[in-house]
This record gives sequence, C-alpha cells and structure tokens, in this order.
Amino acid sequence: MTTARLAATDLACSRGERLLFRGLSLALGPGEALQVTGANGVGKSSLIRVLAGLLRSVGGSVERAGAIGLLDERHALDRAVPLGAALAFWRALDGADEALDRVGLEGLSDVPVRYLSTGQTKRAALARLLGQNAPIWLLDEPLNGLDSGGVALVERLIAEHLAGGGLAVIASHQRLASGATTLELEDYVPPLPGGEGIEGRGSEAARPRVPPASHTPTQPPPRGGGVRWS
Amino acid sequence: MVVTLLKRDLATLLPGGRRGGTLLPLLFFLAVAMLYPFAVGPEPALLARTGGGVVWVAALLAAILPLERLVAADLEAGVFDQLHLRGLTEELAMAGRLLAHWLAFAPLLLLATLPAAALLGLPGETVRILLLGLLAGTPGLAAIGLAIAALTASLRGGAALAGLMTIPLAVPILIFGAGALARPDPAALALTGAISLGLCALAPFVAGAAVRAARES
Repeated sequence: MTTARLAATDLACSRGERLLFRGLSLALGPGEALQVTGANGVGKSSLIRVLAGLLRSVGGSVERAGAIGLLDERHALDRAVPLGAALAFWRALDGADEALDRVGLEGLSDVPVRYLSTGQTKRAALARLLGQNAPIWLLDEPLNGLDSGGVALVERLIAEHLAGGGLAVIASHQRLASGATTLELEDYVPPLPGGEGIEGRGSEAARPRVPPASHTPTQPPPRGGGVRWS
Repeated sequence: MVVTLLKRDLATLLPGGRRGGTLLPLLFFLAVAMLYPFAVGPEPALLARTGGGVVWVAALLAAILPLERLVAADLEAGVFDQLHLRGLTEELAMAGRLLAHWLAFAPLLLLATLPAAALLGLPGETVRILLLGLLAGTPGLAAIGLAIAALTASLRGGAALAGLMTIPLAVPILIFGAGALARPDPAALALTGAISLGLCALAPFVAGAAVRAARES
C-alpha cells in the first residue's frame, strides 16, 4: 500500500446558488481519522463528495495519494440479484476476497439484495468497501440504519483500517468512539449577507476552534495538527 | 475490468436475464406486425409495399422500451460513482453499455423480423433489404437511446421523456433505412450505416457527460 494521504486546501463548496462552506483545509496521513460533524444540510455529504472528486468545489484544491473507497447512502448493489452475485461484480473489479463473514452477513449470499433490511444493506455496502482495499475511506453517515452491533462493527473496522495504515474521513452526527479528530463544519459556513453569522455565531465562527487535545492512546496525535484551521 | 463491466451490463439487459431484462420489446414488435394487416386490410400488394416501413417503425418503438432501465437505476444506486473511484471513466462505462444495449435488443429483433415479415407477407427481396437496413440502423438507434436515457436519467418522468426525445432524432435513420425499401439502392443502406457509426462514436461522450452532470444536480 502506498503511503495514503488526503489533503485539501481552502475548499469552498456551493450547491446551486448557496455557498455551503469555505476556507476549509485539512491534511490526513496514514492512521489518521477525521470526523466531520454538523447539522443536517450543512454540507457534510457535499464535503465527502468533493474529497472523493465526484463533486467540483468552487474554490480550493484536493490532493489524494491512494485509492478512494466511498461508502454513502447509495449501496451500488443490483437490487434484483442475490447478494453474493451483486458483491461478486465489485470483487471481480477489485480483485478481492469474499468479505461477507467480516460484516456479519454470512449465509445471506443467496438472498436478493432487495429483500435485505436497511442495516443489512449497509453491512453489504461495507463488505464492498472492505473488498476494495482502498487506503482512503470516505464514509458518509456510516452508522445510519445499523443496530448497536453494527455500530460496534463499523468502529472496529475503522480502527483496523487505521491500524493498517489507512486514513478515514467520517461524516456523521453520531460521535464515533474511534478517537478521531473532529471538524465542526458549521464553523466554515459563511456569514449571511446581513453580517450576522449562522445562528448568531457571528465573529465566533471566524475564530479558530482548537481541536480536542485528548486522543485515545491508540491514536497518535495527527501530524501538523491533523486539521489546519484557516 | 471492461470485460467484467460488459458481462454485468449484458446480464442486466439481456431478455430473460436474471436481472429482469424482459422479452417485452420483442413481443411489442411482433404485435405491431400482427395488428397492421387487421388495420389496413389483408390486401397482399398493399402489405408487400408498406409492410417494410411498418417493421421499421415497430423496430424504432421497440428500441425505446428498454431505455427506462438503461441508465437511471445505476445512476440512482451510485454505481457510476463507484466506477469513477476505480478509475473507470463514464465514457468507457457508457461505451460498454452501448454495446450491451445493442447486443440485448438488436440480434433478437433481427430474428423476430422473419416472423414479422411472414405475418405481413413480405417478398424475399424486401426481407433481405429490411434485414440489412436494420443491421445498419439499429446501432444508431441504440446510440441515440443511450444518450437520451443518460440525459433524462436524473429527471422525474425521464422514461416517457426519453421516448419522446428519441423519436425525432431517429428520423434520419428511418428515412434512409426504410427508404432503401422503396428504391433499392445500396447507397441508402451505406448512408444508414454511416449515420449509425457516427452516432455510436458520439453517444458514449454525450452519455458520459450527462452522467457527470447528473452528479452536480
């Protein structure tokens, strides 16, 4: 695996006429994780898609070293075919091994994808992600629809991924226990034209927020602060 | 990688395929050929003169039916996003899909032309020109269909719109392909083939750009 790296400088993103966020910079190296939080509609998914290169940013640039694995609400599995066949297509593209047992779906490979529950579909998408062996994980609401066992599974998989030299950006409003640095996306929302900030943040939004100093022992402090604040 | 993609596309689109591809367009095609004599009367000379044109129109309409399943489902499921992340460009994915789409409907349509020609009592020479014309024209119909399907994939009611938009664009193929029946002329068939090839070269780029543009919407 090449040394994974994901860096963004001075990103700005807009949807339609509305500027979602601007001035966002981040840099992640192997073993580092960043959790993006923020209210619904603040632009978490857009940030993930900009980082993945699927959405154009209106400003700034993204540098990626390493393949990108994306997990979002679109599972990219054929609904009409059995789960095993749907995953086999991606395995054939990625040259990977069967990963169903790693996500707790063993025995379900003959069940058509459309019969799977929301949580099972999410687990199936996780199996697709695992098979890809990508060093950069971009996870958009990975915990949606999962039971407590599924949440623990995602946290364990992320920890294993980081330990293996990968990096991850996780957009979720649920706090993960993986000890990731947190980026509050609402700090980058531009003030409204009247001069007032969103929800009265005003000048406070311009002041850099100090990332949480305490990391879990397994998590080395990110180099260069992990997240740079502009 | 491309072979894997093509195999999946074929499994999705082929009639009777386990992913829900149906024989419906073919049955529709045969039904038109069966209904026509009832509508205009069984006069053999009239049927022999106009039957070839009816087969062409039926083929065009049958080519529209599969458009609904062609791009929209994969776009919604994020398949093209995942392919993009694996370094497979939208153009390449669309070129593969064009080939799969043509393979899924054209050979069977050509085969079904034989019973359709029998139902209409077409003479052998007409059937020969009809088959050659369809062979030259169907790649173009597939290309137009793919481009339109990709352009309308992210719209609500896109399937109906796709049908409406495909028909006027298919007029040149219809004019030269069906025109070869009235005035046996190899140039008309050659021109049909040329239009088809041009459209096939263009369609993956149009469809690829449409899929990329759909991400921004």
